Amino acid sequence: MSGWMDHLTIAPIVVPLLAGAVMMLIDERQRTLKAVIGMASALTLLGLAILALTVADSGTGVVRVYRLGDWPASFGIVLVLDRFAALMLVLTGILGVAALTFSLPRWQKAGAHFHPLFQFQLMGLNGAFLTGDLFNLFVFFEIMLAASYGLALHGSGLARVRAGLHYVAINLSASLLFLIGVSMIYGISGTLNMADLAGRVASLASEDRGLLEAGAAILGLAFLIKAGMWPLGFWLPNTYSTLGSASAAIVSILSKVGIYAVLRLWLLVFGEGAGASSGFGGTVLLIGGLLTIGFGCIAVLATQNMARLAGATVLVSSGTLLAAIGAGQMAVTGGVLFYLTSSVMAVAGFFLLIELVERGRGVGADVLAVTREAFGEGDDEDADDGAGGGGAGVPIPATMAILGIGFMSSALLLAGLPPLSGFLAKFAILSPLLAAGPVVPVTTWILLAALVLSGLATVVAMTRVGIDAFWASPAAEVPRVRVSEIAPVLLLLALNLALTIQAGPAMRYMEDTARALHAPQNYNGAVLSGIPTAGPTAGGAR
Amino acid sequence: MELILSLGIGVLTGSGVWLLLRPRTFQVIVGLSLLSYAVNLFIFSTGGLRTGAAPILEGGRAGTLAMHADPVPQALVLTAIVIGFATTALFLVVLLAARGLTGTDHVDGKESGR
Repeated sequence: MSGWMDHLTIAPIVVPLLAGAVMMLIDERQRTLKAVIGMASALTLLGLAILALTVADSGTGVVRVYRLGDWPASFGIVLVLDRFAALMLVLTGILGVAALTFSLPRWQKAGAHFHPLFQFQLMGLNGAFLTGDLFNLFVFFEIMLAASYGLALHGSGLARVRAGLHYVAINLSASLLFLIGVSMIYGISGTLNMADLAGRVASLASEDRGLLEAGAAILGLAFLIKAGMWPLGFWLPNTYSTLGSASAAIVSILSKVGIYAVLRLWLLVFGEGAGASSGFGGTVLLIGGLLTIGFGCIAVLATQNMARLAGATVLVSSGTLLAAIGAGQMAVTGGVLFYLTSSVMAVAGFFLLIELVERGRGVGADVLAVTREAFGEGDDEDADDGAGGGGAGVPIPATMAILGIGFMSSALLLAGLPPLSGFLAKFAILSPLLAAGPVVPVTTWILLAALVLSGLATVVAMTRVGIDAFWASPAAEVPRVRVSEIAPVLLLLALNLALTIQAGPAMRYMEDTARALHAPQNYNGAVLSGIPTAGPTAGGAR
Repeated sequence: MELILSLGIGVLTGSGVWLLLRPRTFQVIVGLSLLSYAVNLFIFSTGGLRTGAAPILEGGRAGTLAMHADPVPQALVLTAIVIGFATTALFLVVLLAARGLTGTDHVDGKESGR
């Protein structure tokens, strides 16, 4: 351990931790200072994530292992940086910068401790993506969730507290399931290290196998509750629709953390090298994913306001990802990662856009009622008017046109219509499935139908809401939107556009990542290197 | 000993789940606490139950699990207790906020059937 580059792996956790801790000590009134620290930290994180991405992608793919306290992997906790983790870090970094920029004019004033909570949220997310240890994953999940409880309630208000109560209760129960699953896996295999576990699954005695699989299934339940798989996801649209938009943008990646954990653990532990357990639970993922798409479509069509619509599209994207993961093919996983990247940015951008669009509508809109209450500063706007639009930014011209274009692009992305990246992602999932063999299995046809129909449902719902918001609201006045509020939305859309144009290199990266996920020898080797054969605590911990 | 521990975990879990499904927020939080006790006991039990075993190692002998108690579940359960305590406290705050804002202790923020 020498040279600061070695500490690159832990830096995405340490930076927000320090930033958040420093902010806790600063008086709540010093908002500008906190905003500066927060922004510096978010930008640093994005820079670090991009650096991590280039490091992980160099050569044939580098797996960097960071041993905390320099203990070997079977005794200590490891952090692992590979292509998949780096990709998720970059996504978190982008969302962090976008959501924080968006929050500067208004949202940071809506309640106490917004900035520290935001930093701890980033820390929890980065930690969950980097860790190579099951129990450590639990700890980072809890950090992430505790921060998200704070952000979910940020701005207070009746609707938020009511939905927050359900959100906290459900996630606390999910955490208990997580613990049961982890301890069952430890009891059987005698290890918590993911790579070590992957090595031991194949050689398990047959009478122990059932118990390990049961533990993994319970653990999987905890992840799938986060991902919102039917029937575990009824809380999701309700909670997400009441979130403040800046919080929603960052919290929307939480459902993808569930997907990340499923993809990482499932392919590692129950991949091809798992002997009799290989492919365990794949059918459940596939069917559960399909049902989630179905439920998401109904939710998309039934919803009347934009925020709930956005929540429902999160369900659809989760379902698509789970179903495609359940197909369990390497070529499909590349498409899954592409879809994940595209949908994370599209959904976050849409959440940010919603508030800007809703702002100009009549007071009757229920979402606005929540938002108004949250701001608690109704005369703030008037004061700004008098001062010639001073404060955190200048109003932009041609507001409705820009908002309209943003809305339309979001609709195209979320529905997966050409020419934007949403379409490419769906295509990348479907084309290897259809080309897999001479006989296309019936599940593939169902998945194809589900993807196409979910796209149709999204288009119908988005069009309806869009017509209502942009053309048919007689009382609507043009909302005042500041540059720093529309910029993150445009940034996220521009990144999706870049993803569309640079689809070739992006897809190459995703396919390399998928290959490494399906053949994790590199990962396992890097984590376990330097360990003599099974240590004294190995095996038979019962 | 195994029987007593299993019964304890089972009773705690059963009571916890039942309370979790009740309509009052106070019942929910007590249910969650009971469930977390059950889970903590469960984690502790995965290390194997034994009496009189040395906590980690005895001097002059190579350590195997046949001789000492497995320290990892004990470390895990400690972490789980701390985290569970913190999140329960956080839930309590949300519960009080909900009680103050809605004027009722129903989990949905409004009485059913009215």
